[in-house]
Amino acid sequence: MHFEHILFSIEDGVALLSLNRPEQLNSFNAQMHSEVREALKQLRQNPEVRVLLLTGEGRGFCAGQDLADRNVAPGTEAPDLGESIEKFYNPLIRALRDLPLPVICAVNGVAAGAGANIPLACDLVLAARSASFLQAFCKIGLIPDSGGTWSLPRLIGLARAKALTLLGERLSAEQAERWGLIYRVVDDANLRDEALKLARHLATQPTYGLALIKRSLNASLNNGFDEQLDLERDLQRLAGRSEDYREGVAAFMAKRTPAFKGH
Amino acid sequence: MPHTLSVDAPDQGVRLITLQRPEALNALNTQLLSELAAELDAAERDDAIRVVVITGSRKAFAAGADIKEMAERDLVGILNDPRLAHWQRISRFVKPLIAAVNGFALGGGCELAMHADILIAGEDARFGQPEINLGIMPGAGGTQRLLRAVGKSLAMQMVLSGEAIDARHALRAGLVSEVTQPELTVERALAIARVIAQKAPLAVRLAKEALLKAEDTDLASGLRFERHAFTLLAGTADREEGIRAFQEKRRPQFTGQ
Repeated sequence: MHFEHILFSIEDGVALLSLNRPEQLNSFNAQMHSEVREALKQLRQNPEVRVLLLTGEGRGFCAGQDLADRNVAPGTEAPDLGESIEKFYNPLIRALRDLPLPVICAVNGVAAGAGANIPLACDLVLAARSASFLQAFCKIGLIPDSGGTWSLPRLIGLARAKALTLLGERLSAEQAERWGLIYRVVDDANLRDEALKLARHLATQPTYGLALIKRSLNASLNNGFDEQLDLERDLQRLAGRSEDYREGVAAFMAKRTPAFKGH
Repeated sequence: MPHTLSVDAPDQGVRLITLQRPEALNALNTQLLSELAAELDAAERDDAIRVVVITGSRKAFAAGADIKEMAERDLVGILNDPRLAHWQRISRFVKPLIAAVNGFALGGGCELAMHADILIAGEDARFGQPEINLGIMPGAGGTQRLLRAVGKSLAMQMVLSGEAIDARHALRAGLVSEVTQPELTVERALAIARVIAQKAPLAVRLAKEALLKAEDTDLASGLRFERHAFTLLAGTADREEGIRAFQEKRRPQFTGQ
């Protein structure tokens, strides 16, 4: 499939997916959704891929939904926004969260609407110093979607989540880092390099084990303590059967650098 | 040799039947049902087998009936459908049957899973009766066993809308007894099978029968059956052994007598 609205490449275990509608601040339309979906499908089927890096082209990261696609003229029937969420956004968010490998998001500029919440479904979020997060939904009578109302209170607490989503004020990357919304702020000029460096490192790590870590931490947000202890037992049982665990222990005993294969 | 399933003996007293039609997501065609019925028949006659676990693949337990095969049958063909006899054989299996369900359990696949006495589901399992989408309806117990398992409202919703539910929903509704990591579903089912395989076979068999009676008799008849079954066990050597072992604080050695 030829991609028009995204850039997608796979190199040395790193899949790079960049949203590419820079004039529209990489806002989503139906075609971009289907291209992202296809790219995620391709990388899931490719056993070489051990990390995904998601970013955007141009000055913005993603401005959420392209409202040109959703113009509600006076007198016309209200659109079913639930349907577009069911069809596009929720599958995307679930796919990112459930990918059995680390997902890095490099937020290169403004992240608004769904675009502010997509990074929250990723595992490691870096942001350019000039980037910002904007829960713009309240400005047009909508509620935060794409998992925002779930992720935000868990990441930054209910008080800040409410202020952010009810006021719709711009949150700077630095404040987002201080609040624990994202992992790290990087100077604009270094963002892509830093993110790629992180991706290349992760591509040499025990991917299956990392996937299980991600799975257990995601599950912890819903689990009680006892359930989580049981889950740790089960996932450790699986991790203990991996080739990479064998290799990790062997390398440790032999005082050498492990050569992980990802399974 | 069966072609659509494999049979393993992972533990003493336990048989593991794995549905194997990967090209069709384990769709239940006549051959598969016939081979499954034959395996259960053999398992029932073999005293060494105490419990049977049935499973599919990571992707699908069984994704329904074989639509192509079904389309070829007219009214008379359906009336003479050999599959009915196979389903009946499966439903009459007297030993414990545990289903380890990963992925899709739809249509006939959901019905097959519901023939099991215990259902363990992987987190990504999906249960549904989508027959309505084809202009037909469940034909192997889907409308009956589902209602008994999950209650009227959810059963109606699933059968009339054709929409599937996920493993967590199935757990809340009581369709399955446990949800596990998908990679551990079979392992967990086998662990339960091992525990049951250590129990007195006659007690297990009568207890299963009594539990199933609860679904299709009134309470008074069910209680009467339970009492009869309870009394029957009084004459078994395993009952004596079980009680003696308990008093002597040791593990009982059941013989099935």
